[in-house]
Amino acid sequence: MSDTAVKQRKKEGLFSRKNLRYLLDPINDINPITVQVLGICSALAVTVKLEPAVVMSLAVIAVTSLSNLTISLLRNTIPHRIRMIVQLVVISSLVILVDQILKAFAYDVSKQLSVFVGLIITNCIIMGRLEAFAMGNKPWPSLLDGIGNGLGYGAVLIIVAFFRELFGSGTVFDIPVIPQSFYELGYVNNGLMLLPPAALITVGVIIWLHRWLNPKLVDVS
Amino acid sequence: MLEMINIAIKTIFIENMVFAFFLGMCSYLAISKNFNAAFGLGLAVIVVQLVTIPLNWFLKTYFLEPGALSWLHPSFASVDLSFLTFLVFIATIASSVQLVEMVVERFFPALYTALGIFLPLITVNCAILGGSLFMDERDYTFGESVFFALGAGIGWFLAIVLFAAIRQKVRYSNVVKPLRGLGLAFIITALLGIAFMGFAGIKL
Repeated sequence: MSDTAVKQRKKEGLFSRKNLRYLLDPINDINPITVQVLGICSALAVTVKLEPAVVMSLAVIAVTSLSNLTISLLRNTIPHRIRMIVQLVVISSLVILVDQILKAFAYDVSKQLSVFVGLIITNCIIMGRLEAFAMGNKPWPSLLDGIGNGLGYGAVLIIVAFFRELFGSGTVFDIPVIPQSFYELGYVNNGLMLLPPAALITVGVIIWLHRWLNPKLVDVS
Repeated sequence: MLEMINIAIKTIFIENMVFAFFLGMCSYLAISKNFNAAFGLGLAVIVVQLVTIPLNWFLKTYFLEPGALSWLHPSFASVDLSFLTFLVFIATIASSVQLVEMVVERFFPALYTALGIFLPLITVNCAILGGSLFMDERDYTFGESVFFALGAGIGWFLAIVLFAAIRQKVRYSNVVKPLRGLGLAFIITALLGIAFMGFAGIKL
């Protein structure tokens, strides 16, 4: 991956301001989860603990960036009518790679993520970015856009997982952070945070705060 | 037989695709603004689940599992194609959605116009691929997988119809500005999910 990056940079010149925006915009202004409403499905199910959330984010960053790059390289040769199938084949081959790598090097995490690694294929972020961006842009901006969207997705995932793990189990990366004296005073871990609805509430509140801080994102309707 | 019905009931209420696994959330949030579209999409999801999950069961049992190819020739007994699962499943789904689309267009033109773009989008609805992957992971038999498909489809239908109805009412209420739309949609879904957790006590 770094090889292609270096080659492209020579051709394109540099990290121009425009290119940098492709990378950074998805983290805030057009965040895939809180603004574009893409890729919610998998985002919520893997956020009980931080570790699977981080692994999932890395997997999604890898798949979005590489699939964006591949489709962008192929964009002039793909017939319009069958582009969905072509995109799905590219994505699912990448996901198979990620899945095999996870099974080989991080078996426990891959068991925890269960079907959600496979569901990266139907993660709408990836298809969405391929349709909206990679089909009409050069490889280098597409790669940046893919990485940016992966990062934006990962950021929300990690924030949600941090709060759910902190309040749900009193740990961060499985290390206890809430001092024992709190428990002696009667503090109890909030079991609700471990259940599925807590993820939705956390994301809801994140969206609320995000729009409050960034009023131009507020829904008009 | 009772066991099979139990699987269907369990997937509709206790392990609902939307409220317990968050599958198909993208179209669930996007289409639920309009009740009729939500109803149509829900029906389409039931049909597609019923077609794809049993079909994928056949492909899995006779082509992909370790040793599944031994019906061709005994020497294939050691072949394990299970790494191709994702690719085969998504290809089945994409082609059956295309078929369903053609059938609906031919025989139910009214429904076809009502669903519009959403029918092809079912291909990338996580609930469909998720259903097939759960079927694979839980090693269902053929009968079980049919009832699981029925349950998964009906559960998703129920979720989107309930949510669309609530959303129509919410449109008239005065909500804090930054929470309008998406933020509130998440919180409503969470409350619905908590309500569905009440079914968890049912022993089947």
